[in-house]
Amino acid sequence: MGASAQLQQQLSHIHNQHLLKVYEKQIGPKRAFFSVQAYRHWLSKAFVAWVLGTCCIALWIYNYMDEDSKLRRKELLESMCDQRARMLQDQFIVSVNHVHALAILVSSFHYFKNPSAIDQATFAEYTARTAFERPLLSGVAYAERVPNSEREEFERKHGWTIKTMQREASPIRDEYAPVILSQETVSYIQSIDMMSGEEDRDNILRARSTGTAVITGPFRLLGSHHLGVVLTFPVYKSKLPPSSTEQQRIEATAGYLGGAFDVESLVENLLGQLAGNQAILVNVYDVTNSSDPLIMYGHEDQAGDMSLVLESKLDFRDPFRRHKMVCRYHDDAPWNSSAIVTTILFSMTGILVGYILYGAGNHIVRIEDERNEMEELKSRAEAADVAKSQFLATVSHEIRTPMNGVLGMLALLLDTDLSSTQRDYAQTAQACGKALITLINEVLDRAKIEAGKLDLETVPFDLRSVVDDVLSLFSEKSRNKGIELAVFVSDNVPELVVGDPGRFRQVITNLVGNSVKFTERGHIFLRVHLEEHAKAVTDSKANISSTLNDEESDESMLLSGSQQSTTLSGSEAADEWDSWDTFKYFVAEEGFTMNGSSNGGTSYEEATGNVITLRVCVEDTGIGIPLTAQDRVFMPFMQADSSTSRTYGGTGIGLSISKCLVELMGGQIKFVSRPHVGSTFTFTAVLGRCEKNAVNKTEKKRNAEDLPSSFKGLKVVIVDAKPVRAAVTRYHLKRLGIVVEVASSVKVAANTLAPGKSSQPDIVLVEKDTWFSGEERCSPVWPVDREQNGHISTQKLPKMILIATNISKSEVERAKEAGFEDTVIMKPLRASMVAACLQQVLGTGRKKSQGKGSSSYLQSLLCGKKILVVDDNRVNRRVAAGALKKFGANVECADSGKAALELLQIPHGFDACFMDIQMPEMDGFEATRRIRQMEKQANEQLEAEGSIAEEGKDGWHLPVLAMTADVIHATYDECVKSGMDGYVSKPFEEQNLYQAVAKFFQDKPISGS
Amino acid sequence: MDVLSQLRHQLADYTNSLHRDGFLDDQFSQLQQLQDESSPDFAMEVVSLFFEDCQKLVTNMARALELQAVDFKQVDSSVHQLKGSSSSVGAARIKNLCVAFKTCCDSQNRDGCMRCLQEVNRECVLLKNKLQTLFRLEQQIISAGGSIPM
Repeated sequence: MGASAQLQQQLSHIHNQHLLKVYEKQIGPKRAFFSVQAYRHWLSKAFVAWVLGTCCIALWIYNYMDEDSKLRRKELLESMCDQRARMLQDQFIVSVNHVHALAILVSSFHYFKNPSAIDQATFAEYTARTAFERPLLSGVAYAERVPNSEREEFERKHGWTIKTMQREASPIRDEYAPVILSQETVSYIQSIDMMSGEEDRDNILRARSTGTAVITGPFRLLGSHHLGVVLTFPVYKSKLPPSSTEQQRIEATAGYLGGAFDVESLVENLLGQLAGNQAILVNVYDVTNSSDPLIMYGHEDQAGDMSLVLESKLDFRDPFRRHKMVCRYHDDAPWNSSAIVTTILFSMTGILVGYILYGAGNHIVRIEDERNEMEELKSRAEAADVAKSQFLATVSHEIRTPMNGVLGMLALLLDTDLSSTQRDYAQTAQACGKALITLINEVLDRAKIEAGKLDLETVPFDLRSVVDDVLSLFSEKSRNKGIELAVFVSDNVPELVVGDPGRFRQVITNLVGNSVKFTERGHIFLRVHLEEHAKAVTDSKANISSTLNDEESDESMLLSGSQQSTTLSGSEAADEWDSWDTFKYFVAEEGFTMNGSSNGGTSYEEATGNVITLRVCVEDTGIGIPLTAQDRVFMPFMQADSSTSRTYGGTGIGLSISKCLVELMGGQIKFVSRPHVGSTFTFTAVLGRCEKNAVNKTEKKRNAEDLPSSFKGLKVVIVDAKPVRAAVTRYHLKRLGIVVEVASSVKVAANTLAPGKSSQPDIVLVEKDTWFSGEERCSPVWPVDREQNGHISTQKLPKMILIATNISKSEVERAKEAGFEDTVIMKPLRASMVAACLQQVLGTGRKKSQGKGSSSYLQSLLCGKKILVVDDNRVNRRVAAGALKKFGANVECADSGKAALELLQIPHGFDACFMDIQMPEMDGFEATRRIRQMEKQANEQLEAEGSIAEEGKDGWHLPVLAMTADVIHATYDECVKSGMDGYVSKPFEEQNLYQAVAKFFQDKPISGS
Repeated sequence: MDVLSQLRHQLADYTNSLHRDGFLDDQFSQLQQLQDESSPDFAMEVVSLFFEDCQKLVTNMARALELQAVDFKQVDSSVHQLKGSSSSVGAARIKNLCVAFKTCCDSQNRDGCMRCLQEVNRECVLLKNKLQTLFRLEQQIISAGGSIPM
């Protein structure tokens, strides 16, 4: 049992993988992503904020860049201003130095020499000749210090009176400073007292007290009307020490040297020499009185860039006076184009990006809205799908009910005495009815496949009987069409396989159904092989063919009657692989020889573990699939073209379902098709191998139909010119346990029947075509033969039976004349059908054992058994009890779960229990669970005592069968879960009851007998 | 044995009509098949059990439905019982009625339940009469010395 559980796991694993694939395809990967949806109302606000932010940043960038350029402009102005100031200062100081030199000249030659070496003429000439050194001074003059006491003497000495600035005789003062020496350019100030002018007087007083050069504030010069200043230098009589006091300096003063500076020209010249003269405006101020700056150069009200004004200090070596230079640009600062462009570009980019993000956000929101809408629609569609499934379930349920009536009646009919033909008809009708029920279930399953919820069963089943069932479905149709329908299952394929018989059958039914539908002549051939075997054969085909060459030529000699292909019907098939050329090797591998001793090749069984791969081929000689339509074959609702459905009907969904199912079974489906030649569909399926020891025989029995074993040991000769056909016939006979020989013609068969041979065949099966084609030649031979045999032993004479696809009345007559039996075995062959025919031929004595079938069998199973029926409904209880009693069972009843438990206290003598599921208080499931619990305890106790082995049974396990009105899969699952062994429908159906009960009573000795 | 064959004919016709009109189904035939020498009155016994049950259940349900607060669960379980019994006996019409009844119960439709109950009651009485006739015929055949063909 452990091994089979393992197998089940293995299979379900394979199936699950495919299920997963199907799921993935249908659902697709689901992704989680950031949801803009939650913030959809913030989108426009965020956009506005973004635009504002962008503008702010743009402004900041503009400011930053503008500031930078302003700074540079300022620095430039600063440097220019400083440069100008420094140069002006230098020039000025050079001039001052020259005046200083003149002062020294005057003191040296006028005072230190006696008599004076300088007079007016000398001074005028000297100053005129050295004027180039003082280009900024309009003129220099020397004024002597004259105290009032010396005025008279002075005036007398020079011959003129001291005058004031107004050219009048000077009034009396403490001292005077009349100009005695002057340059020619300023000779008009000769004899004018310098101390009479307010400005000059201050200058003179400051100069002699400080001992340095001093300058006046700016004023309009007399000659040029330019703004200018007067520079005054003191001249001392004696050399003063550097640390002399103010008083000493005043006393030592002899006179004053002065010069007029033309500041305006000075600055004008200076600026003219410098680059960038035009760009800036320069003003020079005297700021000694800081509240009232006096302009020395430039115009106060001159236009210019007033926003940026720079000042530089000027030092004219006069500690008393302060000067400054003010510079500014001539033009306003130009617009900073790069900053503007950058800013505009930036803000445009920013706004654009914002807009794109905004748009994207909007788009996402819209898409999500649509998605939600789609999901809504999807869920509605799914709901509709559920509704459809419910509808299907309801309708199919409604169909099932009357169908059960039909089937019941057929079952009754089959219990009556019928001829083989009638029996076959009735059986066919029953099989078709069952198939219809199955079909309805399949309709339900289709919905499941679509939902990916289909799970495959893993139960042991007899592959051959499944295939036979499928064949029986189509036998009528194929017979009417005159198509030869045949099935062949390789001997390597185990008798029982583990898988889902329903699905397997569904696929085969679909394929064969298609073939029957689309085939008008020729044959349909269904074959089942092991995949490994098929591969091995194909691989070794080349090798074998060389070795078998001789044999082959012999065979072709034998088969020379037919020039056609070596397929089943002689028509050409689409896939060369499947023709007799290859098939021969299969059969050869399986121990097929022309004189047919049979032993199935078992080497493959042992070689491959628990799982086997089957290859199923359905070959037909139909209209084939047009090349253009071949890639659409497995798509749902696709037929070759629209005319196909008109001509042949059908929806075209079958193949797509088959494909799904095959994939679920871990296989593949493919086909080869040639238009107007035929199609061959091949699929593989992974199934479990049924362990012979593990599975109880009852299972086998149930599945293996009820093939009678009474034919075991019979000897049959098959006469058939076509080896493929012969192989098929042989296959069916072998299943009945019949020893088979094959002869290619009647003649060959006659030879084997030659007298003197010990083993006479019991039956000779002759294929109709072979018989009639060789009739002329063979008919004389046969009756003679028959007569000879007749002398020896009339009873021993082999029965002759015809096998035919279709046969006319006249042909039957002719055959009868030739000594054939009345019964003609009609194709397609099925083991059970062949058995029925043989029975009819061999005598009716055996018929009873077959005919009554399950009913009598059930009787033998149940006779004397003690059975407990648990049902709260007393009518049901009574009926169930009555039915079981009829089969000879000893029935006790309980009306509730509790009562049943009491009766079932261990030890008890019951052999089985039928349990209603729906009961008040304690339902069937619960009751079963309790029973199992009790049994478990008892078993543990037994085990402790070690008495199990002695008794030879597996401890207590009462078979509990559920009785239920609705036999659906889910209920079965529930049953198994709660420990039940199976279920029967309520009210009892004979077949169903038999199947359920047979499982438990098969190999147990009947306790009563 | 003219009378006997006539009676037999009558019985067959009557049985057929019952099947045709849907009063009975296959299950009833099976019930009849179950009776043999050891239990000659099996069918009649079961049928009378059934009608007793019927009467009880109908009364129960009628009482339950008259109450102010109807306990539909209780009604439903009664219907289930009735359905089980009727399908065991093969009373097809009652069985079908029970299906409708159950839907009414599930949707807690009181009026529908009442209607169904009345119909069930009517059908019960009808079937009882029909079956009484049937059994009488059978009795007549047996008393005439024949056996009932199955």
